[in-house]
Amino acid sequence: MKNKKKLTIAVTGLNAIDSPGPGVAVIRGLLEASDFDCRIIGLAYESLEPGIYMHDLIDKTYHIPYPSAGTEVLYNRLMYIHEKEKLDVVIPNFDAELYSFIKLADKLKQAGIHSFLPTMDQFEARQKVNLPDFGKKYNIHVPRSKAIYTVNEIHSLEQEYGSPLVIKGKYYDASLAYNSDQAKTAFNKISAKWGLPVIVQEFVHGTEYNVTGLGDGLGNTIAAVPMRKQYITDKGKAWGGITITDQKALDLTAHFLKSTKWRGAFELELMKNKAGEYYLLEINPRIPAWIYLAVGVGQNIPEALTKLALDWPIEAFTTYEAGKMFIRYAWDMIVDLKEFQQISTHGEL
Amino acid sequence: MQNKQCINIKSIAMKIKNNIAVSDNGFVFNPASGESFTVNQVGLDILNMLRKGEKQETIVQQLSEKYQADMAVIERDFSDFQAMVKQYHLHQNEE
Repeated sequence: MKNKKKLTIAVTGLNAIDSPGPGVAVIRGLLEASDFDCRIIGLAYESLEPGIYMHDLIDKTYHIPYPSAGTEVLYNRLMYIHEKEKLDVVIPNFDAELYSFIKLADKLKQAGIHSFLPTMDQFEARQKVNLPDFGKKYNIHVPRSKAIYTVNEIHSLEQEYGSPLVIKGKYYDASLAYNSDQAKTAFNKISAKWGLPVIVQEFVHGTEYNVTGLGDGLGNTIAAVPMRKQYITDKGKAWGGITITDQKALDLTAHFLKSTKWRGAFELELMKNKAGEYYLLEINPRIPAWIYLAVGVGQNIPEALTKLALDWPIEAFTTYEAGKMFIRYAWDMIVDLKEFQQISTHGEL
Repeated sequence: MQNKQCINIKSIAMKIKNNIAVSDNGFVFNPASGESFTVNQVGLDILNMLRKGEKQETIVQQLSEKYQADMAVIERDFSDFQAMVKQYHLHQNEE
């Protein structure tokens, strides 16, 4: 029997709610890793993140500060946790925290905490406001879009892009607007929540597909699994999906990885129009919440990412099972008040 | 065959993509797009015959016998069915 190394891995994104963070799914993948055993340390922002209370998945959870507190505060907190838990790897799973973790990556590595994240340039290049340039640079179809700062700009874009328009926040949130009034309301709502600019994007009619995968930073595809969303919530999240074999989607992913030399996990949000052309709607620079589907069809991306972080030898996945589905469900846990009290007051559970 | 021009165009039925999965109870799955469909027994019979590469005339003839329906009605329904197969990109050699 193989003597597997035991790793301590810290994971964020424990908010397994209706718009879920990927943390719990990532942890399920890590616990099923074939090349190592692991102890999971949860990193949470809020006391009601459900993952905190999933003791069969997470050994201990610590509060960490919001990104707005700055990287130094985060570093100090991580060092405190590291002192106690001796972390080997950290896997951040939120877009908004990635900037801090990328900035701290070298410093954390010196302390013995490994990660495998996109470079800062890659992270910035795929921001929604930069997507048109990204598409041009790498010869990838992207819907026409413009970052705007005033509501008055909507009218001309409506003429140019036609109806409906997609109004997007610079980090999160998107809504469809079928007329000027709806577009203006969406602009005001989104700018109030996420600030300026607001992105106005052409709507591409078609079917939505997603690809999750992993790049080694040298242009090679380590993993790639395409999925068709079967059931989409009102927040646009997949509640059910199925793996597919579409070669065009896989070719596009390989092209993306080769031309950008993407480092780390990612999710491509794609729209296939009636002519069968793929449009890249968004690049999420992290593992998506539906990652357990990839694990379930034979590509354990959280495990592979951990191995890359530790510089372990790795072989690229070449196959996966098509036609496997995931169906998400909500689950009510009964939690003792003492636990909530413990995490709320001490920041540890 | 010596004289290919003599083949009646009506006798050539469309071909179903090789990767399309069709279960015994009429569940059809396209692994490339992730789309799935259900067909009734008549649809299932047609799909199975198309997959075997049967000619249109044979298919219409067999369905007419099995379901004791008029050939003209079956022919029209078969034509409609083929249009749907095309619409959902389940056939080979898309234009």
